[in-house]
Amino acid sequence: MKENIEKIKDPIISTRNLSIAYDKGNYAVKQVSVDIKKNSVTAIMGPSGCGKSTFLRAINRMHELYENIETEGEVFLNGKDISKMQVIKLRRMAGMVFQRPNPFPTMSIYDNVIAGYKLNGIHIKKKEKDEIVERSLLDVSLWDEVKDSLFKKGTFLSGGQQQRLCIARALAFNPKVILLDEPTSAIDPVATSKIEDLLVKLKKNYTILMVTHNMSQAARISDYSLFMYLGELVEYGKTKNMFTNPKDRRTEEYLTGKFG
Amino acid sequence: MVSIKRTTIRDHAHRRILKDKLIFGMVIFLSMVTISPIILIIAKLVINGFRQISLNFIIQNTPGTFEAMTAVANGELIPGGIANGITGTLLMVALASVIAIPIGVVTGIFLYENPGKFIANLTRNVADILQGIPSIVLGLIAYIWVVKGITNGFSALAGSVSLAIMMLPMIIKSTEETLKMIPQTIKEAALALGVPYYKVILKVLIPTGFSGLLTGILLGISRIMGETAPLMLTALGSTVVNFDISKPTSAIPLLIWEFYNDPNMVSLIWSSSLLLMGVVLLLNLLSRQLANSSI
Amino acid sequence: MNSDKITKIVLLSASLIILLVSGGMVFSLVKGAIPTFHAFGLNFIISNQWDPSQGKEAYGALPFIAGTIMTSVTALLICLPLSFSTSLFLGEYFKDKKIARVIRLMVDLLAGIPSIVYGLWGFYVLRPLLIDLGLPNQGFGVFTASLILAIMIIPYATSLSNEIITMVPNDLKEAAYSLGATRYEVIFNVIIPSARSGIIAGYILAFGRALGETMAVTMLIGNANVIPTGFFDTGNTMASVIANQFGEADGLKLSSLIAIALLLFLITGIINAIGKLIIKKMA
Repeated sequence: MKENIEKIKDPIISTRNLSIAYDKGNYAVKQVSVDIKKNSVTAIMGPSGCGKSTFLRAINRMHELYENIETEGEVFLNGKDISKMQVIKLRRMAGMVFQRPNPFPTMSIYDNVIAGYKLNGIHIKKKEKDEIVERSLLDVSLWDEVKDSLFKKGTFLSGGQQQRLCIARALAFNPKVILLDEPTSAIDPVATSKIEDLLVKLKKNYTILMVTHNMSQAARISDYSLFMYLGELVEYGKTKNMFTNPKDRRTEEYLTGKFG
Repeated sequence: MVSIKRTTIRDHAHRRILKDKLIFGMVIFLSMVTISPIILIIAKLVINGFRQISLNFIIQNTPGTFEAMTAVANGELIPGGIANGITGTLLMVALASVIAIPIGVVTGIFLYENPGKFIANLTRNVADILQGIPSIVLGLIAYIWVVKGITNGFSALAGSVSLAIMMLPMIIKSTEETLKMIPQTIKEAALALGVPYYKVILKVLIPTGFSGLLTGILLGISRIMGETAPLMLTALGSTVVNFDISKPTSAIPLLIWEFYNDPNMVSLIWSSSLLLMGVVLLLNLLSRQLANSSI
Repeated sequence: MNSDKITKIVLLSASLIILLVSGGMVFSLVKGAIPTFHAFGLNFIISNQWDPSQGKEAYGALPFIAGTIMTSVTALLICLPLSFSTSLFLGEYFKDKKIARVIRLMVDLLAGIPSIVYGLWGFYVLRPLLIDLGLPNQGFGVFTASLILAIMIIPYATSLSNEIITMVPNDLKEAAYSLGATRYEVIFNVIIPSARSGIIAGYILAFGRALGETMAVTMLIGNANVIPTGFFDTGNTMASVIANQFGEADGLKLSSLIAIALLLFLITGIINAIGKLIIKKMA
């Protein structure tokens, strides 16, 4: 591995020479090899079009939803090669949160939280369901706000609340990692800081991997940062170190606002 | 903070993946079943009908049933053609268009200009309902109004009136939808120049939305051209070419119906249908092409 | 009067013509039906007699109402899996693909085929096939008519639900996939609930079409003026009885046919209004 890329012991996610092409030969992610530390917040940064979202989506194989995608190299989650796992099981181990809050508009708040169980046709007892809903909503600090309207549609909630509901939906399966794709880009600053606090809190039990466009957000909450440029992994290491003393010229230029 | 207890999850993954594939296969299979009639119908018409199609088929009138019988008995092609049907269809479709297009387009403009008005909403809803009224009911209406009330007998005019009522809601709808797509600024720019309102309509709105209007008109024509039921109650049919709108007149669909009911002429149904459907589908495709190119 | 005023009056009057024509239609149908309702009262709707013999004329619409409902409902049931699969094919599985464009065109062209051509095809191709399969009554009857009707209404049922399914946001589908759902689970738990009212509206409008189809049904239903006793029995629909009894009709019989047309007008009008209402509520 390159020198700008920090080595991590007992990683929860590791990629080896991961390359992803949309059309033949048109690579969005090039030869990325990186290890992600367990129970940490890792931010993925880089200018738009640098492949950071594609990289994130490769972790739970969401990129396979679209055609003509070619994937080379390997991704390991918890030591297992994800290409050999059943995709539906993999996705339950890696919860995902999207740019725009997307609770299911036809389901109540309650049903949104346990949507994963419903979608997967997993039958559990009512008591267990109640428990999962309460714990997940408590985890995202939404319980007090919605406990009296659990059976209303989630669409009346504010954007920030909706996004926390979506995080709760991802947590309900008790995943190993949570993948977030610019989770606060469509949300106001107050709600953003709530979600940031939440993510810091959540790392105790989960590993958090987050694409962000917002450098100060990465600086505020992430333990590790990953800088990508034109599909390549340029630099990876402790956020503190990278922000104070970037090793690569491109990282430095990005962090000082020269591009992006 | 409490972490969620990991429940033992039994998710029947294999069964679900199998079901997923099964449903995918079903969707493909049923979709193919859905489109098979169009292929089978066209194939049937072409195979059974193309032999009869010739210049004479287009320029000669329908033969008498006796001539047809003799030809069939001798193993020859039935002589004659469907000129009376072709001219009748052209006459009635043209007359219906002359009635329906101006009223329809002007109504469409009215709806576009007065979106919230009570009378516009009422008209829009009435047009919506009119569009769903079965054509045979429209035929009966034209029978009461025109055959009984104006021409004192079956007539091309009666046929045209029934077809025009059928066409109206389609024209109204397509006009309104087309105009809605024109940016408001274009209209405002013209009005700001002090151009009178009717000129804005004639010189700006209609030319800008022209291909959209034409799409709706062609689609409307293709729809009424194949109509049989209302014409049975109004135009009745004729064995010769007729251009007098107060007289009974034939049409291609009416002839198909007659051939179908006459054992001697039955082999003419395929060629007539092939011709009718060829024209109808051509108009249909043309309007679609137009709609695609105008976007 | 200035030109703008004249323009406004012209526009308004075209709209008034539409209202007048529609009002006139109702008026004429009601007026034409009065002798029938005068002679039979509301019994006309629930009587199953259709006897044109001079002197003891008796007309009832029930056989045709029953025939219409039986054929249309059966047609809708046959159409449902076909058009639903096609909407998924076009709006989900092969969305934005070339093959979807081709299939879509073919489905749309189904709507362009004249009713009489469907009738011929049903008569000469479908019916012999059904006779071989053991259908009674020379292959005529409710089932054969419904089969052709089902094909005829497919484009109406498909186009709206396909459009609505296409519009279900990608966001929602991805959220479901990210939770480990398979494609059919996404379809049944996310896409269909989101598109539900549009899909239903499409089927209602298609049902309205089926109610009034005339030629193809006339050619295949067997034209018996009795209540069909089963799906393979012959019968008549409201539209088909008008088509094949009209030729020799005057007096009370003509009035009864007009009364049937009035009923058909009302039923299709109501069905369409419901369909359009649902569509408007969605927007």
